[in-house]
Amino acid sequence: MATAELSLHQEFQEYTLRSPFRASWQKVMMWVFIVVDALTFGSLLVSYGFTRVSLGEWANPAEVFALHIGGKEIPLLLIAIMTFILVSSSGTMALAVANAYERKKKETVLFLTLTMLLGLTFVGCQVYEWTHLITHGTRPWWNPYGPPQFGAYFFTLTGFHGLHVLSGVIYLAIVARMVANGTLDRRGSYQLVEIAGLYWHFVDLIWVFIFTMFYLF
Amino acid sequence: METTSIAHAEAPVEVHHHEPQSFWTKYVFSQDHKVIAMQYMITALVMGFIGMVMSWIFRIQLAWPEHNLPFLRFLMPTNMESGTLQTPGYYMLVTMHGTIMIFFLLTAILTGGFGNFLIPLQVGARDMAFPFLNMLSYWFYFLSCVVITASLFVTTGAASAGWTSYPPLSAIAKATPGSGLGQDLWLISIALFIVASTMGSLNYVTTALNMRAKGMTLMRMPLTVWGIIVAAMLGLFAFPALFAGAVLLLLDRHLGTSFFLPYLVVGGEHIVRNDGSPLLWQHLFWFLGHPEVYILILPAMGITSEILSNGARKPIFGYKVMVGSIAAIGFLSFIVWGHHMFVSGMNPWLGFAFVITTLIIAIPSAIKTFNWLGTLWKGNIRFTTPMLFAIGFISTFVTGGLTGLFLGNSALDIPLHDTYFVVAHFHVVMGLSSVFGIFGGIYYWFPKMTGRMMNELWGKVHFWLTFVGSYGVFWTMHYLGFMGMPRRYYSYESYQFLPPDMHVLQVIITVSALIVGAAQFIFIVNFIGSWLRGKKAPDNPWQATTLEWQAPTPPPHGNWGPTLPVVHRWPYDYSVPGASADFVPQTVPVEVEPTGEHHRVAVAVNGHAHGHPHTNGSGNGHHS
Repeated sequence: MATAELSLHQEFQEYTLRSPFRASWQKVMMWVFIVVDALTFGSLLVSYGFTRVSLGEWANPAEVFALHIGGKEIPLLLIAIMTFILVSSSGTMALAVANAYERKKKETVLFLTLTMLLGLTFVGCQVYEWTHLITHGTRPWWNPYGPPQFGAYFFTLTGFHGLHVLSGVIYLAIVARMVANGTLDRRGSYQLVEIAGLYWHFVDLIWVFIFTMFYLF
Repeated sequence: METTSIAHAEAPVEVHHHEPQSFWTKYVFSQDHKVIAMQYMITALVMGFIGMVMSWIFRIQLAWPEHNLPFLRFLMPTNMESGTLQTPGYYMLVTMHGTIMIFFLLTAILTGGFGNFLIPLQVGARDMAFPFLNMLSYWFYFLSCVVITASLFVTTGAASAGWTSYPPLSAIAKATPGSGLGQDLWLISIALFIVASTMGSLNYVTTALNMRAKGMTLMRMPLTVWGIIVAAMLGLFAFPALFAGAVLLLLDRHLGTSFFLPYLVVGGEHIVRNDGSPLLWQHLFWFLGHPEVYILILPAMGITSEILSNGARKPIFGYKVMVGSIAAIGFLSFIVWGHHMFVSGMNPWLGFAFVITTLIIAIPSAIKTFNWLGTLWKGNIRFTTPMLFAIGFISTFVTGGLTGLFLGNSALDIPLHDTYFVVAHFHVVMGLSSVFGIFGGIYYWFPKMTGRMMNELWGKVHFWLTFVGSYGVFWTMHYLGFMGMPRRYYSYESYQFLPPDMHVLQVIITVSALIVGAAQFIFIVNFIGSWLRGKKAPDNPWQATTLEWQAPTPPPHGNWGPTLPVVHRWPYDYSVPGASADFVPQTVPVEVEPTGEHHRVAVAVNGHAHGHPHTNGSGNGHHS
């Protein structure tokens, strides 16, 4: 069996060298998937832009997403916090990948767990934000702030992104488990952590676009 | 099977390529690309058969309006109660015919069927990069087929807003009977199909890029692989727009949003929706819809190139330019979608831009056509069944391409829009052409898939009936289109501007369609009969050069036995001067002959070995 695994390994290494991107098939596949997913978000964001431009009027996100603290209204505070959390999670993810390169099992699991926790916190903030808007009367077909499409796109864009964060957390949990129980050691490669990292960074990057295009504008 | 056991005894090469033993893992939940290819192919052919039967029923209505066909009551209890096709049933049939043929037959069989079978075999891989995902892709496809077929049997009937599903028709349940549950199932089925297609295409692209055998440089890949992977990329990059559209449309239907719904009055009643834009759906739909037609044509082009070169016993003319044209067509397909929307109130300047980009596509398409003719030129042509279908492809591609020049031009498109001319155009250029590519491919690779030859005589009968019959259908349709006959109408009797004798043409079309339909039974019988008791096929029945023919027939699990093939030359070394046979397989090492008459050839051939296919041009050009 040992020889078998070796030759399998060699066959795949040769493949990687022959790849036009000098990357393993797993990595190439994840990159292609990221392009596909980016285009899905792109389609939603372009639709949002199309609708907003053709309607001409829109809600003022600075007012809608303001937090009231001590009688003062601070625009976009929650969104700023959420963005900070998600960008931090990209940092911890990068640390997990760096530790995976050095095959530090414990540290990798630790940083993966931190990333998952930050991701869950982000989703928690989103739940708060949704609850806030829904209790103030926002529905997919109506909202007190502007044209009905404002609410519709809010729920669609943030919902779709939130689903991506949640799937990312599940994905990272599976990877963390495989690191912890030694599956990746037996495989002889921690590449999986790096690939999961690609996905996680991508989901963060999408948030930057949603943040810019939906909340800041 | 013998080969594999020897392989395992001598050198256990592939850990995860252990041959599955049980019935379920071997034939049903198989991860072997060849089994998945057959599953895709057969499911798609069954769906195609259903789509074809639908076309018979609505064609009968058009030729003999409200003709009573009592036996059809059993097929469609809701829409044919008395045996006569009713209006909602007619809309349902044309919608489902389009949807099934485009997605569930053509897209599925070309990428799922041929892509799965050919990519690993032609690039010299043992299987797809990610076999489990590949299996999942088929089962999502199967599920989407089940959902779309099930939608035919819901009480309100299946979707009937056209294969383009324009809202508000597709968004409001009251709009037509088919906009009830049937439309929901349509959207769900399409979403499932997109997921399936994405999982498959991820594998096709990755496998072709990353799993090539030693020596198989990108510019030594057969044109089939190029056609399929560019089509797969188009699918990957275009389907997301429809996916997003389908999600938004489902929200419009069920959560009260108005992404696509304008202020509407239906039956005197105001529907409380606000200022959404039906045009947004059209943009999202056609951003997929146009690349989609190239998803169907590019693999068929690849298959045709392969068969033509083999059948003409000549190298493909202008390989590099062929690859470039495939890529150019792929790229251009993303910036022409507006030509489907010239009559939607589009700014004429924007329309003008889309006219320009559309007409530019004629350039790579014409280059490909001339290269095919160049390949045939002075070739020692073998008129086998696959070859006939490949030549038929060129014919329909040219015919349909020329009418494309009419429709791509907004000044001409506006009067012709939504007439039979459009129906004829797209059926010829993407329907017939890809069907001819598919049939050519099936006849050509059937021996490698099953180990048996298909019957040549019945194959030729099948070709001629299909070829002549299809022109009978669609050539005629162009005239109806010029007369202004609108598409998607249940009955034309009350339209004064149409002369009554145009009805003769409708009858000709329907009779031709039924003849073509009957011809497909010849194919079905030939396919099943040959599989069961056809002539045993040798490993390389067509004396072809590409890698799949160097594998045992049918290829065992893992394809290549203990060692992977090594590639030494490009895929089209036919009639190489000085070679002992008129074809040299890609696996044959290149011998350098330094002296004598063959000096120049040897250098040219040597050029391939070092991955410089441009030397082919001079070498072959000199000797042909």
